[in-house]
Amino acid sequence: MTTRFTKDHEWVRLEGDVATVGISTYAAEQLGDVVYAELPAVGASFAQGADMAVVESAKTASDVYAPISGEVVDANAEIKGENWQIINDAPQDGGWFVKLKIANKAEFDALMDEAAYADYVKGL
Amino acid sequence: MPKGHGLEGDDAHKKVASLIERLAPGDIQGLKPGQVRYTMITNAEGGVLDDLMIARPAEPGAAGDLYIVVNAGCKHQDWALIEEATKGEANLVRADDRCLLALQGPSAHVVAAAVIDPALAEMSFMSVKRYDAFGRLTVTRSGYTGEDGYEILVRAEHATDLANALLAHAEVKPIGLGARDSLRLEAGLCLYGHDLDATTSPIEADLAWTIQKRRREAKDFPGAARISDELANGAKRKRVGIRPNDRAPAREGVEIQVAGRRVGVVTSGGFSPVLNAPISIGYVDTEFAELGAGIDLIIRGQARPATIVPLPFVPHKYHRPQKA
Repeated sequence: MTTRFTKDHEWVRLEGDVATVGISTYAAEQLGDVVYAELPAVGASFAQGADMAVVESAKTASDVYAPISGEVVDANAEIKGENWQIINDAPQDGGWFVKLKIANKAEFDALMDEAAYADYVKGL
Repeated sequence: MPKGHGLEGDDAHKKVASLIERLAPGDIQGLKPGQVRYTMITNAEGGVLDDLMIARPAEPGAAGDLYIVVNAGCKHQDWALIEEATKGEANLVRADDRCLLALQGPSAHVVAAAVIDPALAEMSFMSVKRYDAFGRLTVTRSGYTGEDGYEILVRAEHATDLANALLAHAEVKPIGLGARDSLRLEAGLCLYGHDLDATTSPIEADLAWTIQKRRREAKDFPGAARISDELANGAKRKRVGIRPNDRAPAREGVEIQVAGRRVGVVTSGGFSPVLNAPISIGYVDTEFAELGAGIDLIIRGQARPATIVPLPFVPHKYHRPQKA
């Protein structure tokens, strides 16, 4: 299963036409301890690049953008239940934010793969 | 550092202090040798141009000296104002050859005593003293964290040595401005440019305590008309502490509403690691400023309930020895 990444540090993993989305390990480390996160409601639709969620640490509030266009079909119950710690503990696994039913697979294919993202982060 | 000339002791101090009082509503003449005071520069409209610390050194050779520490972001403006107010009557010296290090926290006195001089442990909050160490240090027991601590003025060529010596102590860790901002927010202290600006009066900011009796009576500082009126009759709006009822932090710029009507704005906000909860400072119209009152914070378009609470959020832990 391929994981792809955006320049804004979201990751996307595609299974069929459902994409799981979260923030990268790098992003979680930069934020520090997450103290709040807000996820969109199931059924909401987002265009690629639209504000989709919010994640906050003591330091700052960050918008999380829809890495690809789609409709929210699931939101992480752990995060909804205020277990923010899971975002720091497992950002690219159990700390996922939402699942999107995608509209356009070409948007996914155009994102960076793991190696390209690693290079991108190295240059920051 | 203005220095009066031709006068000695208390006369020299009073002369220089009176020049600074042209800009600031604090009782600077009333500073005792070795005392530090928090004050502000006000404008003719009673707004705050900067908040600052002024120290009167106690050493006999320093008669007429004042140490003035301003916000870096305001230094050019402040320099011009102080230069104008003291022109031909005092010398003004920029401390570009000095660095200011802050050592803050419950163990600060242990570290200061071990690394600099045992006498630092005995200093009281808001006092200043010079020490012959790392060149020569001018140390105040002060800070902007709400915790006990010191601010240390050191000659630039000794600053790295001093910083490394402090960091070598097991109790010391370097922190950045983010951590400093969490602490000052928990302590309910104003950050200039956010909680204070040229339109905000010291009374609105709940800083009336910085204007001592002699100045209130003399009404001889910039903006005295508005500030005196607000001291007597109250201000239209007031700085308050705010605790969101849920977990969403309300940061600078968040609108405050009551019953759907705008009554104020958040000027600083974030998350308190000590309380493990979001906290904010904001201004509300005085009729809504009562402790315990409910307000709504408009965060990303959604009204979220919150409560007006006393400041500071976390009690100050300043070192004030009991008087015998």
